[in-house]
Amino acid sequence: MPGAAREEGIAMSEEIKVDLELDLKGLLCPLPMVKVSQNIGNVPVGGVIRAVATDPGSMADIPAWAKSTGNEVLSAEKQGNEFVFLVKRVK
Amino acid sequence: MPEENEKQKSLAMVVMSGDMDKLFGAFIIANGAAAMGMEVTMFFTFWGLRAIKKNVSTGKTLFGKMLGMMYGGDISKANPSKFSFGGLGRWMFNKMMGNHNVAKLSELRDMAVQLGVNMYGCQMSMDVMEIPQEAFIDGVKEPVGVGFFLMKAQDADITLFI
Repeated sequence: MPGAAREEGIAMSEEIKVDLELDLKGLLCPLPMVKVSQNIGNVPVGGVIRAVATDPGSMADIPAWAKSTGNEVLSAEKQGNEFVFLVKRVK
Repeated sequence: MPEENEKQKSLAMVVMSGDMDKLFGAFIIANGAAAMGMEVTMFFTFWGLRAIKKNVSTGKTLFGKMLGMMYGGDISKANPSKFSFGGLGRWMFNKMMGNHNVAKLSELRDMAVQLGVNMYGCQMSMDVMEIPQEAFIDGVKEPVGVGFFLMKAQDADITLFI
C-alpha cells in the first residue's frame, strides 16, 4: 500500500515541527549521511531535521546512521526523484 | 538504540594502497564511520603515504629523491588501479566522478580530518621512503609503528586493510 503510506507520511510531515531544513540534493555517498551527522547538533534534543536527498542510497544509509547513533528517523519517503527524511535528535 | 554509556565503537584501517579507487573506498568508509560516531584510526603505510602528503618534494639520498620524483606530488596524483594509461585513466575517472557530483579525493580526505578521523604515518615506511612528518598535511598525527596500530586494531569493532 505505497499510496496509503505516502498519504500518512505527508500527514506526518505536516504535524511535525521542523527545526532545520537540509538540502542534500545532488550529493552522493557518503555526503548525505555526513551532512545529517554534522547538522544534528544544530537542533535541540527532540528537535527534527527535514532533509531532502536525491541519492537513492541515502534511503538505506540515513536510517542506518540513525540506528548507530541512537537517533530516530520519523519518516523516510520517496517523493518523485527525491527522498525526504524527518530525523529526530534523540540525544 | 545504543545506551548512553555504551562504549564508542571504533574502526582501525591500514591504508597501504596509493591507488585512486582504493583511496576512495578508504576515505568514504572513514567519513561514514566518523559520521556514525565511531572513533576512526587510519594507518598510512608505503604507497598509502602519498595520500596524506602535501605537494612537496621529498628524499634525502639519491634513491629517496628518485622515489620522490617518480612517486611525488600529493593525493591528486593517485592513479586508478586499472585503466591507468599514464594518467589518462585518472583524468577520465575524475571527469566521470565530477559529472556524477562525487566529492574529490582531496575533499574527502580533508573532510575526514575535519570529522576527527585520526591519521598516522607509518614511521618505518616514512624512514625508508624518506618522507618526513613535515611533508604531511595538517591534522596528521605524529608517526607511529605497528604496535600502536595493533593496539588500536585489537580494541576496534571493525578492522580493514586497504
